[in-house]
Amino acid sequence: MSGTPLLSVRDLSVAFTQGGKETLAVDHISFDIAKGETVALVGESGSGKSVSALSILKLLPYPSASHPSGQILFNGNDLLDKDESDLRRVRGNDIAMIFQEPMTSLNPLHTIERQVGEILKVHQGMSDRAARARTLELLNEVGIREPEKRLNAYPHQLSGGQRQRVMIAMALANKPALLIADEPTTALDVTVQAQILKLLAELKAAQDMSMLFITHDLGIVRKIADRVCVMTKGKIVEAGPTKEIFENPQHEYTKHLLAAEPKGEPPAANPAATSVMEGRDVKVWFPIKKGFLRRTVDHVKAVDGIDVTIRAGQTLGVVGESGSGKTTLGLALARMISSQGDIRFTGREIEGLSFKQMRPLRRELQIVFQDPFGSLSPRMSITEIIAEGLQIHEPGLSADERDARVVAALKEVNLDPETRFRYPHEFSGGQRQRIAIARAMVLNPRFVMLDEPTSALDMSVQAQVVDLLRALQKKHDLAYLFISHDLKVVRALANDVLVMRNGKAVEYGPAVEIFARPKEEYTKALMAAAFRMEAADGGVVAQ
Amino acid sequence: MAQISAKAEAGPQVSPVRRPWLSPLNQRRWQNFKSNRRGWWSLWLFLFLFIASLFAEFIANDKPILASYKGELLMPVLVDYPEEKFGGFYAVTDYRDPVISDEIKAHGWMIWPPIRYSYRTVNNEIPEAAPSKPFWLYSKEERCQRYPQGVNDENCIFGNWNLLGTDDQARDVFARALYGFRISVLFGLALTAASALIGVTAGAVQGYFGGWVDLLFQRFIEIWSAIPVLYLLLIIAAVLPPGFWILLGIMLLFSWVAFVGVVRAEFLRARNFEYVNAARALGVPNGTIMLRHLLPNAMVATLTFLPFILNGSITTLTSLDFLGFGLPPGSPSLGELLAQGKNNLQAPWLGLTGFVVISLMLSLLIFIGEATRDAFDPRKAFK
Repeated sequence: MSGTPLLSVRDLSVAFTQGGKETLAVDHISFDIAKGETVALVGESGSGKSVSALSILKLLPYPSASHPSGQILFNGNDLLDKDESDLRRVRGNDIAMIFQEPMTSLNPLHTIERQVGEILKVHQGMSDRAARARTLELLNEVGIREPEKRLNAYPHQLSGGQRQRVMIAMALANKPALLIADEPTTALDVTVQAQILKLLAELKAAQDMSMLFITHDLGIVRKIADRVCVMTKGKIVEAGPTKEIFENPQHEYTKHLLAAEPKGEPPAANPAATSVMEGRDVKVWFPIKKGFLRRTVDHVKAVDGIDVTIRAGQTLGVVGESGSGKTTLGLALARMISSQGDIRFTGREIEGLSFKQMRPLRRELQIVFQDPFGSLSPRMSITEIIAEGLQIHEPGLSADERDARVVAALKEVNLDPETRFRYPHEFSGGQRQRIAIARAMVLNPRFVMLDEPTSALDMSVQAQVVDLLRALQKKHDLAYLFISHDLKVVRALANDVLVMRNGKAVEYGPAVEIFARPKEEYTKALMAAAFRMEAADGGVVAQ
Repeated sequence: MAQISAKAEAGPQVSPVRRPWLSPLNQRRWQNFKSNRRGWWSLWLFLFLFIASLFAEFIANDKPILASYKGELLMPVLVDYPEEKFGGFYAVTDYRDPVISDEIKAHGWMIWPPIRYSYRTVNNEIPEAAPSKPFWLYSKEERCQRYPQGVNDENCIFGNWNLLGTDDQARDVFARALYGFRISVLFGLALTAASALIGVTAGAVQGYFGGWVDLLFQRFIEIWSAIPVLYLLLIIAAVLPPGFWILLGIMLLFSWVAFVGVVRAEFLRARNFEYVNAARALGVPNGTIMLRHLLPNAMVATLTFLPFILNGSITTLTSLDFLGFGLPPGSPSLGELLAQGKNNLQAPWLGLTGFVVISLMLSLLIFIGEATRDAFDPRKAFK
C-alpha cells in the first residue's frame, strides 16, 4: 500500500433541500481507501451510507442535493469540482458501481450482449466483434455457465444471482480501479449471496482493485472487508481495521449493532402439546395452459406434498431459497389460496371450506405479512386498522370496549396507546411491524402465520421483534408458522424446522437436530452460506 | 380473555385524544385546495350562485312571497290559492292581474320578490314588440308607456322591468337564465352522481373479481359504448315525451361507462396489495374490503374525472335544448335561450346572456375541478 490513498473523502457533507427545509443526510465524514483495499460502510437504513457512496460519482439528484462542505479526492483530483463530461469519463471507467436491485439496474429490453457490449463500445471504442469476444470473456470471469447461450438472453430470463453477475461483469468491463458495491447481495438468497461475495473477493484479488462495500449486514463485513466505517445518522462514529472493530468496539452504537443479532432460545419441543395445525400431503399446483383450447399440459408444483404439524406454544420454521414454495405453503395452510390435501385446524377439517365458512375460524388463524409498509392501509388510523378484525369477529363490542381492546393490544406489543389515532406513515418500520402484530393479536388467535416478518427490518429492530414474538408466544401459548430465509432468526425462534426446495421438503425435524447435524447436502449448503457466508461447491444450490 | 376484559374496565381513562374531524391526509388536501386561489374563489362564487338559484322562487317569481288578505296570512309562493279566494273565477290566481292585486291591496298587503317574473311569466307591458331590450336601454317614459297611468303607474317599478330584456315570447330573460342555471346544474349533478354510483360500482366489481366477470363485462362495455349516443338520444326523444327524468335516464344509460375504466384499473392494481390480503386474512367480507380499503384508492381517479363529466352532462343537455330535443317547450333552459339568440340576431342580449351564463358556469366548475384534482395529487408538492 502506497502513501497516497486511491480515494480520499475529506469532510464530506450532503444536504437535501425539500420544501424550503434543508436536511443534512451526511455530516462531515472522512475516510480513505488505499489501492487493493476493501472498505465497508456499515449502518442501518437512513444512516446516510448509500448517499455517501452515490456522491462519490455525483449521482445524487442535484440540485435538490448539495454538498455544503468536503472534497472527494480520486488519485489526487477532486471529483466534486468536475463537470458532467469529466465525470462521465470517470464513471464506469475508473470507478464502477453495482447496485442493490439487479432486476431494475438492467434494462429489461436489452440483451445481455448489448448491455455489457455498450460499455465496452462507449469507453473503449471497441468494434462489435471485439466487444462480443470481450463480453464472453467477462461473463466467463464472473462465473456464468455457458456464456455463449446467455448472450442473447434478456434480464428476465436470468435468475437474481445471474443478473447480479452480469452487473458485476458490466462494472468490471473497463478494469476499474475502484468498485463501489451498494448492498449488492441484499436482494439475493443466502446461498447466492455467498457465491457473489466469493466472486467479488476473487476478482478483487485478481485485478488488484479497491472496493467500497456498503451494507447493513455485519456478517458480510467480517467476511469481506479490510477496514470498516460505522455510520449512523450521517456521521462516521467509528472506523478502523475490521478485526479490531469486531473484537474491541469502542463506540456505543457499534456495540449496539454488534449485539443486535437475534438471540435467545426457542421454546422446548413438546410432542405432547395439542396439535393446532396439521397438513397432510399439501399440494398447490398451478396449471400451465397451452394452445387454443387452453388445455392444461402441465403444472407448476409450487408446493408438492408437504406434511406438517404445528403444536400449541411451538414454532415451525420454514426455510428455503426464494421460489421454494414456503410462502405458498403458508398461504395454503391459512386457506388464502386453494390447495389439495388434508388441512386440519384444531382437529377440524378446513380443506374445502368456503370463504364464508372460514370466516369464524379466521379469528383464531392470523397472518403477519413481510412488508410492514405494504400491509397497513395508509388511509386508516392505527385504531381503525387494529379494530377492523374486532368489528367482524366480535360485532357485539361497544365502541369503548373495542377501544379498550385496541389499547390492550398496543400495550402488549410495547407501543404507546396514545399513538393510536396516528397513521401508519408516522411510524418506523419496526413500529409498523408491531402494529401488524397487534392487529393479529387483538383477536386472541391460536395460530399465527408469520411470513418473513423481520426481513424488511434493520438488524437491531429484528432482534426486538423476535423477542416480542417469543414473549407473546409464551404468554398466549401460540402456535407459529415462521417463514424466513434468514436462518439466524429461525434458529432463535423455531423448535421445528422444515427445509423446502422446489416445493418439496428436503428435511423436516427438530431444530436442534437440523442445525447441529444437517443430513442433506442442500441443508448443509444453506447453513454454510447463512452462518459462515461460504459458497457450496458442486452445484448443490442454484446459481 | 379474562385479563383483557379486566383491562377493558380500566379502558376509558386513557382516551382523551380523539380523532380530528378530518384525517391528516384530508387536511393536507384541504390545504392544497385552498392554496389554489382560483379554485378556492371559484368554489365560493359557484356555491353562492348555486344556492341563490336554489331559492330562485324567492328571487324571481310572479307570485308574492307573503301576502295578507282580510286578516289571513298567505304564502302564495308555496301554496296555490284558487282565484275564488280573491273574488275571481280561475283555478290558479294570477297575482299580476291588476284586478286581483288591487283587491289584495285593498284588504291587506303583498311582499313581492325583487323580480316579479317567473320563467314562464309573459310581460304584457313590454315597450315594443318582443323581444324587448333590457330596461336600461329605454327612457322611463318608454318603459312605462304601456301601463295605464304611464310614468305614474304604481306597477311601473323596478320589479316589473326586464333586467336583461325579454325573449321572443315576452318572458323575462333574467328569470329564465336564473331558472335555467338551476336546472342545468341540478341535471348535471344528478347525472354525475348517478353515473358515478353505477360506474364506480361496475368498475369496482370488475376490478376486484377479475377473471370471467371482468372479461364479459369489458366486452359488454365495448359494445355498449360503441352506440352513438347523440343519435340514439334524438331517436328516443322523438318517441318518448322528453322531460327532465327521461333525459336523465337516457343519458345515464351511457355516461356511467366513463368511470369504469379508471376505477377498474385502480381495483385491479390494488386488489393484491398486502393490506388487502391482510384484511382478507382477517376474514373481512369482500364488500367491506372494496369499500374500506380499495375505494379510497379509486376515489382520487374518480374525483379527477368528476368535474369533466359534470361539465359534459351540462353541455349535452344544453345542446339538446338548442336543437329542440331537450326539455319540454316552455322549460327554462339555457340551450333554448341560445337558440332564441340565434333566431333573433337583432336582440343580442339573448345570445349574450346565454353565452355568459353557460361559460361562467362551465369555467367555475372546471376551475373547481382542477383545484380538486391538484389537491388529490400525491405528487404535487405541498406549499
